[in-house]
Amino acid sequence: MKTLAAAVIFLLLAILCSLSIAIADQDRWPGVDESVVQKIAQEHGRKAHAPLIDTDQGDLLLFVFLIAGTIGGFAAGYYWRILMVERAPKVNKEKT
Amino acid sequence: MMYSNVCVAFIAAFLICLPCSALAMHISEGLLPFNWAALWFAVAAPFLAYGLFRLKKISKTDISFKPLVGLMTAVVFIISCMPIPVPTAGTCSHPCGTGMSAILLGPPSSILIAAAALLIQALFLSHGGLSTWGANIVSMGVMGSFAGYGTFILLRALRINLSVAGFFAGLFADWATYLSTSIMLASGIKGADPFMPILTKIVISFIPTQLPLGILEGAMTAGLVVMLAKRRPDLLIKMNVMKSGEAGV
Repeated sequence: MKTLAAAVIFLLLAILCSLSIAIADQDRWPGVDESVVQKIAQEHGRKAHAPLIDTDQGDLLLFVFLIAGTIGGFAAGYYWRILMVERAPKVNKEKT
Repeated sequence: MMYSNVCVAFIAAFLICLPCSALAMHISEGLLPFNWAALWFAVAAPFLAYGLFRLKKISKTDISFKPLVGLMTAVVFIISCMPIPVPTAGTCSHPCGTGMSAILLGPPSSILIAAAALLIQALFLSHGGLSTWGANIVSMGVMGSFAGYGTFILLRALRINLSVAGFFAGLFADWATYLSTSIMLASGIKGADPFMPILTKIVISFIPTQLPLGILEGAMTAGLVVMLAKRRPDLLIKMNVMKSGEAGV
């Protein structure tokens, strides 16, 4: 059962990853901000402005996302460890 | 234990390695007129102030609260800038994560978490905007958190089990976020045109993407709540997510 669950998780993540690679390779799969929000706003005369710090320039955005993902992942792992290991209630394993 | 660690490591590795670009649902910079943007800032401000007050108050008495806030901030930040392709719609969008943070920490802290995640995204990830920060806090933070928390509390009061209540909380948190985004956008861009046709058009455009993503967010929320119920039931009991008799769900 555990092996099956691990296989399913792995398969889902692999599909997700390959779909995401497809996004990076081809200019398809627009986000709903482009396909819905900005498109409809533009039809009504509102256009999005460039952000204050414009990181959406070539691969710079990928780099910023990588940094953000790394820091976010580290923070999540760090606090997970504090909650699940360091501050978890001590179980008396001798009483089995 | 080992199995769970491997799963978490796998998921973290994949999430970090995902090639992302700014494929989001937040309202972009400059889309809302000044008066509407200011209104949403005014609406968000008291929720943020109360969230800060609650965070300070609870963290004085509970040493597990700050690490849980840290964990949920990281989770909400990652989840809400993670573009997920929806093959049925041919577009990408992302879950919000505020349903799960509201269940675990309560809506005030969840709103604060959403605000922090949205600010970082607006500043550095070209994701959302500073002028639309207030509107995005109201949709993702306030509406997402209260919809998720309200659904969870209601279903738990009806004695629905933790995983099902968590699933519907995540689902409705996601859908409420996109519905409120639609309302804000329609209000801001309508000009002299009637409101309802624009709102209907935006909502219908969101459905092919957000319908399946809402289900995914429901599954993620249920998964996290059940995992915490197994690993740290004492934490969930302390946060009033479940009762002491349910430990070991």
